[in-house]
This record gives sequence, structure tokens and C-alpha cells, in this order.
Amino acid sequence: MTTQATTTQTLERRPGEASRDELAGRAHNIRRHALRMGAVQGQGYIAQALGAADLLAVSYFHAMHYRPTDPHWAPRDRFLLSIGHYAIALYAALIEAGVIPEDELDTYGGDDSRLPMSGMAAYTPGMEITGGSLGQGLSIAVGMCLGLKRKASSSFVYNLLSDGELNEGSTWEAVMSASHWKLNNLIAIVDVNNQQADGPSTQMLNFEPLHDKWSAFGWFTQRVDGNDIDALVAAFDAARAHPLPQPRVIICDTKMAKGVSFLEARDKTHFIRVDAGEWDLALDELDARRPA
Amino acid sequence: MNQAAKLDTPQGTSTAEAPKKRLTTSAMIASIASEGQATKPAPFGHALVALAEQRPGIVGLSADLSKYTDLHIFANAFPDRFYQMGMAEQLLMGAAAGLAREGFVPFATTYAVFASRRAYDFICMAIAEENLNVKIVCALPGLTTGYGPSHQATDDLAIFRAMPNLTVVDPCDALDIEQAVPAIADHQGPVYMRLLRGNVPLVLHEHENYRFQLGKAALLRDGRDVLLISSGLMTMRALETAEALRKDAVDVAVLHVPTIKPLDTETILREARRSGRLVVVAENHSIVGGLGEAVAGVLMRESVHVPFRQIALPDAFLDAGALPTLHDRYGISTTSMSASIKSWL
Repeated sequence: MTTQATTTQTLERRPGEASRDELAGRAHNIRRHALRMGAVQGQGYIAQALGAADLLAVSYFHAMHYRPTDPHWAPRDRFLLSIGHYAIALYAALIEAGVIPEDELDTYGGDDSRLPMSGMAAYTPGMEITGGSLGQGLSIAVGMCLGLKRKASSSFVYNLLSDGELNEGSTWEAVMSASHWKLNNLIAIVDVNNQQADGPSTQMLNFEPLHDKWSAFGWFTQRVDGNDIDALVAAFDAARAHPLPQPRVIICDTKMAKGVSFLEARDKTHFIRVDAGEWDLALDELDARRPA
Repeated sequence: MNQAAKLDTPQGTSTAEAPKKRLTTSAMIASIASEGQATKPAPFGHALVALAEQRPGIVGLSADLSKYTDLHIFANAFPDRFYQMGMAEQLLMGAAAGLAREGFVPFATTYAVFASRRAYDFICMAIAEENLNVKIVCALPGLTTGYGPSHQATDDLAIFRAMPNLTVVDPCDALDIEQAVPAIADHQGPVYMRLLRGNVPLVLHEHENYRFQLGKAALLRDGRDVLLISSGLMTMRALETAEALRKDAVDVAVLHVPTIKPLDTETILREARRSGRLVVVAENHSIVGGLGEAVAGVLMRESVHVPFRQIALPDAFLDAGALPTLHDRYGISTTSMSASIKSWL
């Protein structure tokens, strides 16, 4: 079927141009692209992509300023994917944004593809960093924000990290540093889906209370339902408009595999293998629940 | 003998007593200069300032060790281009990667142990895999502190030689460092440089034609009997050893190899192929995985069969103590090098 709204690629995408309905449609399409890529390999970090689709839609179609056909455009807002594992989710967003052609979706994870299963900057247009080794992205974001300030740039650096990355001490080095350097051009997005490789994140290494921790480190902190587009829009707006000289974080509680009930219901959703016939079932259910 | 030892010598004690054992210090920052040797203060810091005056894109980062890596000279000259990242080496390397991504040329400094061990993954994935223009300049390479294994980077070359895209530099003296700084800045890509800091000996100015060239080895003196291949501070020792052995009618050539990677295999092979000489590689590093094994690999791969020996630190966690004592103990002092080479001839 034809995906909604992909024909409206513009030379330059500016914050705040999309309607609420468009954002919901974009999130739906991002889920679809991710499922179709998952079907190519029969496996992948699908549940994360489905869970993060709403925050990706709001990032790419509401908050960020960029040119889809010029991924290195200097005044762009940068989107850093610390979690290289979520590459399938970001590819889906980049396809929806028009940075990557939709027909490349069939190459996902294959030889010589620009879409390897873990995100690497040298491979993919729009992929700003190589994030497969967890806990590095926010440090790189600190350096980029310092560099952008040196250049008197007004660009924002967005860094999507996962709750699992909060296990890594290096993340907290960067959290301290961002506040020390008053990086008001840094917006961290934490995807809290409470699922990592060995089980529920809070059982691996409990990171709560998250709001209090980030606030105590000097960040302007918001916590929202990461699958509620209105809440996300409000949080991104507040993060961008916040007047104080401090970094900003949006903690997003998301639901693994959001939008496909039989995947949502699985015990182990960190890395999903889906039987061949189930991909079509998943797409069908997704389309049946497509927003009007 | 250092000043503290002199002061501690008891005055007016009986001349009949046996001379008291020389007191030594295991201070973290111990000088590698021998007594009376010409030195220059903070050559890295001053060279970076000189370069930064020409190149506004150069920025400096430290992880709470700017005074101990001579970066404070740069920080004082360009306070708004200096980033104090705190004692957080992973952040240091990540932030350097971010600054490089925005077009700057970051010089990230810490001790060699912390860069090689603690921040390895960040250097590898955030910097080297992306071939970013970050210069990692690290003090206390090899055995240049008596502080024990927590501060002795005896494995840094082994660790960094294996990292793709990374250029690895081990300069000899103040002159080498001054010339290496602009050279590594001109190189597009990541560089790891071992740093001698503080009052750094000056020896290469006596070799009029010497000039640091990235990726090039330099024959500092020729000799019939032994080809001594060395990097870093061991080139000073190699020159002293050659002079000492001359008195025993042993003629030693010294080939200085300040770039460990990429290795100047052409010059190494050319010199090694010249007939009949004992080839000795001397390095301020573990015998495992450093310059010696790099040279051995080159010779073996090219079927150059020569008598071959290594002067290097043992594959062990080394003792704490005073540097002169430790250099003697582990065979990298001039005296022990001369004795080793004579025993091999």
C-alpha cells in the first residue's frame, strides 16, 4: 500500500510544520518501514523500533531542522543514535524523512548495503555516529555541542540513548560534563522500555528514580509517555524553548513492540525473531490500527 | 643524584662508616634527563601554542592532567580553546570525537595508561573507526615513572599498533616533539603520540640533517658491527650506547624510528639487508607487541635472515622505585644496553 505523507518531501524541514495527524501518520509509516526491514532478515530489534517510532516521528517531523537531501548541511540539527542496535528504527525514520530512498529497505542487513544491522556513520546518510558500543553517544554529543558553540551555531544536538546505556558509567561522565559546560544546545532523549539483553532493565541495574537523577545532575528534565504524540510534542517544544543555560533531557517511557499486539505480548522482546508468515500478520494488524 | 638525596646525606658522620646507600625517589614525575644533559621545558606545550597561533581550529582537552602533560602552556595561552573535561577519560575521547566531527582539530591529553586501557573502546569506535582528526598525546610512556604499574604504560604500543587507522608516534627528545606536533596536526586522521614532558632532553640537534618526518625512519649514525633500531627515549640511549661501545672498537649504527605505525619498512629493510650486522631493537616498552616485534615481523615476512635481539622491558608488571634504578634493573639504561650488546657479539 502507499505510505502516507511520504510524497511531501521538502527541501528543508523546519520545526513545527507538521500537524498532529501528520505526525501520527509518520509514526505509523516508520513502524511499517521497520517491520518490512525486519522481514528481510527475519529478525532484529523490531520491538525497539515499534516502541520508539513516535519519538522518532516527533524528532524528525516536528522538532528538527534539516534538509533531507543534504544530510551534511551545516546548520542542521544533529541526531545522534548512541544505541547502534536501534539502527532499524533510525533507518525507518530516515526513509520516512526522505534521507534514504524507500527502495533501499530491501537491502537491510545484506552484503554491501548502506543499512547494516548495527548503525555506523560511514555507511548511512543521516547516521551521525557509530553507536554499536553502548554509552559513547552522549560523550560525542558533548564534544559536538562544544564545537557548535565555538562556531556560534544555533543547531541542536539530539542524542537518543536507551535505558540500558544508563548502566554505562561513561554516560554519567557525559551527563555531568554537559551540565558543567551549560550545554543548552543538547537534548537527550532516553528511551525507557525497561528491556535489555538479559531481561528487564530495572532488574539488571536499577536506574530509578530517573527524573531525580537527571535533575540532580543539573539537567532540565521532563518525563513523558513516549507513545503519546501530544505529550512528546509538548516536551520537545519545552526542551527547545527552555530559557536556562542547561542541557535538556526527555525521558520517554515506551512500550516494546507498540502497535503489534502479539509482539507486545511476548516475554522476550529485546531481540525478536518472527516466523515468515507472522510479518504479514504484524503489518496487517498495524495497518488495521492505523490512525485515521 | 637528585637534590633530595643530597640533602638526606647525613653531615659530619664518621668517615670510617661505609658509604650510605644512595637514596632515590619513586616520584611520579621523574626526570629522564641524565645529569648535565641539555633540556628544554615543555616542548609539546610550546610547540602546540606556536601551531595554534597559525591554526584557529586547534583545541586542547585534558582529563585533569594538563599540568602533567605540558598542555597548561596551551591552556594559559588560549584559555577559550582549552577544555578541562575532568578525570573522565572516556568522556575526553568522546568529546574529542565530537569536536573533530564539527571540524576542529582536538589535541586530547592524559597519561598513556589511561588512554590505552581505560579509554580504548572510545578511541577505537568513536575516533579511529571514523578516521577522525583527533591527536591523542599521552605522558608517561613505557617506564618513565617509578609509580608502579598503575602509571607505567608498558603495553601502549602493543595495544595501539593493532588499531586500524591510528598513526602511532614515539618521539625521542625536545626537538623531535617540537617537529612532530605540526606534522601530526597536518596528518588527516587520528594519531597517538607518546609524550616526554617537563624538562625534556635535547640530543637530536647534534644531528644536523635530522628532521622529524611522519612515517620515516632516520639513520642517525652508521656502523659496521651492529644496527641498533630504536624509538622514543631509547634513541638517546642508543646514541650513548654507540658512543660507549666505540671505545671497545664496536661500531654501532643507530636507526631512529619515531613512527611506530605506519612503519618505515623500506628503510628498515634496506639497513637490515646490509651484510653481517647484528640487528638490535631497543624500545621503552614491553618485549611483547612493540617496535621489536614489529621489526621482527617485517624481517621475517621479507625473508631477511639476520642475527636479531631485543632490548625491551620484560613481560611483567614492573616494580615501583627510582627511575635510574629501574632502567638498570630492566636493561634499558645505557650501561646495561652496552653490556647486553657486547654479550651478544
